[in-house]
Amino acid sequence: MNTQPPLVELRDMHIAFGGIKAVDHVSVDLYPGEVVGLLGHNGAGKSTLIKMLSGAYRADGGEIFVNGEKAEIHNPRDARRYNIETIYQTLALADNLDAASNLFLGRELVTPVGFVDDDAMEAECRKIMGRLNPNFQKFNDPVSALSGGQRQSVAIARAVYFNARILIMDEPTAALGPHETQMVAELIQQLKSEGIGIFLISHDIHDVMQLCDRASVMKNGKLVGTVDVSDVTDDDLLGMIILGKKPEGVAC
Amino acid sequence: MQNSAKRFFANLGIDLRLMGMIGALVLIWIMFHITTDGRFLTPRNLFNLSVQTASVAVMATGMVFIIVTRHIDLSVGSLLGLLGMVMGAVQAKILPEYLGLGHWSIWIITVFVGIGLGVLIGAFQGWVIGYLTVPAFIVTLGGFLVYRGAAWWVTSGQTVAPLDPTYKLLGGGAEGTLGETLSWALGVLAAIAAVAVMVLSRRTKERHGIRVKPGWAEGTLIGLVVALIVGFTWLMNSYKVPDRAAARIAEARGWDVPEDFTMNHGIAIPVVILLAVAIVMTIISRRTRFGRYVYATGGNPEAAELSGINTRLLTVKIFALMGGLTAIASVIASARLGAVGNDLGTLDELRVIAAAVIGGTALSGGFGTIYGAVIGALIMQSLQSGMAMVGIDAPLQSIVVGMVLVLAVYIDIVYRRRTGS
Repeated sequence: MNTQPPLVELRDMHIAFGGIKAVDHVSVDLYPGEVVGLLGHNGAGKSTLIKMLSGAYRADGGEIFVNGEKAEIHNPRDARRYNIETIYQTLALADNLDAASNLFLGRELVTPVGFVDDDAMEAECRKIMGRLNPNFQKFNDPVSALSGGQRQSVAIARAVYFNARILIMDEPTAALGPHETQMVAELIQQLKSEGIGIFLISHDIHDVMQLCDRASVMKNGKLVGTVDVSDVTDDDLLGMIILGKKPEGVAC
Repeated sequence: MQNSAKRFFANLGIDLRLMGMIGALVLIWIMFHITTDGRFLTPRNLFNLSVQTASVAVMATGMVFIIVTRHIDLSVGSLLGLLGMVMGAVQAKILPEYLGLGHWSIWIITVFVGIGLGVLIGAFQGWVIGYLTVPAFIVTLGGFLVYRGAAWWVTSGQTVAPLDPTYKLLGGGAEGTLGETLSWALGVLAAIAAVAVMVLSRRTKERHGIRVKPGWAEGTLIGLVVALIVGFTWLMNSYKVPDRAAARIAEARGWDVPEDFTMNHGIAIPVVILLAVAIVMTIISRRTRFGRYVYATGGNPEAAELSGINTRLLTVKIFALMGGLTAIASVIASARLGAVGNDLGTLDELRVIAAAVIGGTALSGGFGTIYGAVIGALIMQSLQSGMAMVGIDAPLQSIVVGMVLVLAVYIDIVYRRRTGS
């Protein structure tokens, strides 16, 4: 697995907000077809680290490599060019627009004259939602009228539709019921088998143990360590999260 | 009963808000018609009303985008004054020196200079708001003072007159209309275009397998639209030009006319301009990426940014567009008066904002329609001209308009809460 260059590598990333080191010289990487969990308490710096990859924040320093080549990511448009798609914890949906408009936001389908093609977008939206969430029917309502799970599926559809190579999922199951959580788990397995690399941010150790190949744990902006999930127990991970202590006898 | 009525309108695809606005407008019109002993709903008054509404309505369409993206523009009235002054000076003082008085191209160059300057000033304001992140309220409050002052400097406070004769046609009046034949041509063309657009859009939806309105609803809607267009054209064509003025116009145009010659006004040119602006702005808001980004940014600025939309540049474009529309409004306003004084456009910013807000544009961002803003402007103007006709004192007029504004927004808030949007 480690013979090819990583799909994405974050090297020595750091960023500070008003003197607080939110992310303090952290390096992580991700291989094709791999799921890497990012664990840590609230405020540990997981989301901040990942927002530098998705272009939402500009790093104070550090380098990003995609397929072994240095990538310049200064805004979300740059990230999209590298096929990096993100499902944000807040979902980042425009509540006043319908599902199709949100799905294609920033990448609208246009007619030959250059007008947005709402009908074509709605038709495409119906197709992908039919796969992801067959019960979804509210295509003409603004997404503010949708349930938490429905909104989540719109956000997931947006990330999946555009052939992501690198997918960032920030707490994708936080707002979901058991059935929908299972759906997300199956989706992750499917995407993984297609060779997509996934960063999964989560608090839930159970999720991480079940879905991830490796886990990187952060505490107070620093990386505690990265471990193969098959080498550690729940308690080892908990020890890393709470105490910042690396488990003994495991390569970090 | 209430439910079946609701379903009826839902099938038609007309929302309650639009119904409410049209209802309010009709109510105001009927009320004034009664209190003015039948002088309000006459071709003559409605013609004047349409001309008086044009300038504010043109700006209100641009204000929709600004308010939708959670900004405000307090400078449009002053900017209208400044642009009017500049255009006045260009056509009355500068161009005649080079081209000679009454040259055919004077009005065209003047309008282009005005729109260019408007776009430039608007873009600059947008840049300060978007890139330097000074709140729009402050930037345009500054602009409000700056442009009014700058307008004074253009001619050291002197009123500019007379304006170019062709330019003056853009403001309406007995001559500034399409005339009977052209009005009918435009009306029929518009009716055909409206029917074609509605039928085509239905076909596309069906092709993509998207559910469409029932046939009878679509038919009723098409009938209503056609009736509205034809009715308006007929009304404007029923307003007779006074005989002596008609004879003078005929003579000036070199027509050979019989003794008992009469002519009707037809649709006023500023109204044609307003309709063109409204159609273009509606297309921009619904069918272009720019329009989509305006609404997305208004609904959730952070989401728009994360979707790769350059919201700063978007702000520049929105304010540049507002500047351009202000220039068009300034052409209409100054051409209608036939002169540019220092007070041109005073308080217009408030009328424009009120029109957009009465038309259902939410100050919290994300919602607002172009047709709503135009109807809002029409409601405001109807109230003002109606009260003037009844003979209500100016101070009382302000009091009524102020209260109507607050009431309209309150009703809108209740409506939103009920419908959960």
